[in-house]
Amino acid sequence: MGTLLPFLIFAALVLGMGISMLVGNRILALRKPSTEKLIPYECGIDPSGDTKIPFRVKFYLIALIFLIFDVEIVFLYPWAVVFEELSWFGFVEIFIFVVLLLVAFVYALLEGGLKWE
Amino acid sequence: MVLNSNDMVHLALLSFFKGLIVLGIMLFHAAYTVYAERKIIGRIQSRLGPREVGPYGLLQPLADLVKLLTKEDILPKEADRFLFKLAPLLLLVTTIVNLSVIPFYPDFIIADVHVGILVILAFAGLGVYGVILGGYASGSKYSLLGGLRSAAQMLSYEIPLTVSLAGVILAAESFRLGDIVEAQANSLFGMNLFPQVIGFLVFLICAFAETNRAPFDLPEAESELVAGYMTEYSGFRMGLFFLGEYISMYVMALLISLCYLGGWSLPPWMLSLLPILKEIPPVLILLVKVYFFIFLFIWVRATFPRYRFDQLMRLSWKVLIPLSFLNLLIVMFFKLLT
Repeated sequence: MGTLLPFLIFAALVLGMGISMLVGNRILALRKPSTEKLIPYECGIDPSGDTKIPFRVKFYLIALIFLIFDVEIVFLYPWAVVFEELSWFGFVEIFIFVVLLLVAFVYALLEGGLKWE
Repeated sequence: MVLNSNDMVHLALLSFFKGLIVLGIMLFHAAYTVYAERKIIGRIQSRLGPREVGPYGLLQPLADLVKLLTKEDILPKEADRFLFKLAPLLLLVTTIVNLSVIPFYPDFIIADVHVGILVILAFAGLGVYGVILGGYASGSKYSLLGGLRSAAQMLSYEIPLTVSLAGVILAAESFRLGDIVEAQANSLFGMNLFPQVIGFLVFLICAFAETNRAPFDLPEAESELVAGYMTEYSGFRMGLFFLGEYISMYVMALLISLCYLGGWSLPPWMLSLLPILKEIPPVLILLVKVYFFIFLFIWVRATFPRYRFDQLMRLSWKVLIPLSFLNLLIVMFFKLLT
């Protein structure tokens, strides 16, 4: 509670600042929407086809491989805090853990999961 | 900690004013960093930079503010109205809120949480949503592609960033930024930079990528994607994205000064060499370090060409990630052997 309250107050302050700037913008600025102005920008010509275009599956692969490392970091951080207590035991343990996860990473690399050509 | 209602009001008021101070200083800095950037890059390119508004163009940030406030705010017809309006605010809040867990000098911190670094990493992760939602909600092809690229970039660089930070946490055995600074002041070299040069460099490169600054400013690669996820934004909504970017530069500069350069402390050997340095107020020491990194951000932007997307991905996954693990290994050995 002693740290949550200041944090929330600061977040509210920032949000308030952002909103008040947008409100200021709304009051001060001219608004004259026209059909030409509202179409999505595509180098000045009329947009062709749907704007929700399909994108490469590689983006999903990046997210998947990211997950491996994210899990790794979730274990790495609490381990780092008690490293002194665990000493060499902790060292060996984390070494095995990291190597196991790196195997998955190297496999993904060899399969071409991170190639962008 | 149990608080009665009187303490609560006191705490609330105190943190409200602290928050106002931090926010005011930060907005001032962000505005003048834009000015400094234009001036410095101008000089590097043998131009003068802004000089018409006020003496030496010093009032330029004010003129920019007025301009942004009076620009028309366009809501494109393809846009998802709610998400389109949400995205800039989300990015702004997730960026600035980080400042509440960063100590500016020993006793000045808004929320002294003991998991400061975790909070910052969590909000860095949330910030990705601001970018990807902004790109998706705009209903434009450039925006969508810019948002996606940006998300992939931020995810890829978050891994080496967090792993190199693990080295810092290992050295201090704490998530609190205040403890990390203290641990450095008491350590052998006086700063984390020395056993962890690799970690420092990895972190520095990732800081450029996480803030979407040149040479990693692919989300807004003008030559291919117009302005990336910001293409359809105008008026102050675009201004908020801009503000977010500049403040995230400060968050990264603060983080790197606190985690690797000893924050507001100077190394003991430097103090014993020049005892007069003890008289410098701690805030000033931190400020000098932060300004150095801000200058570096600007300098690098004026110096290096932009990376291609596949080069960017290769750099993160095949160079920085292995290097960050190597750094962790070095820190472990250093800690076990001393």
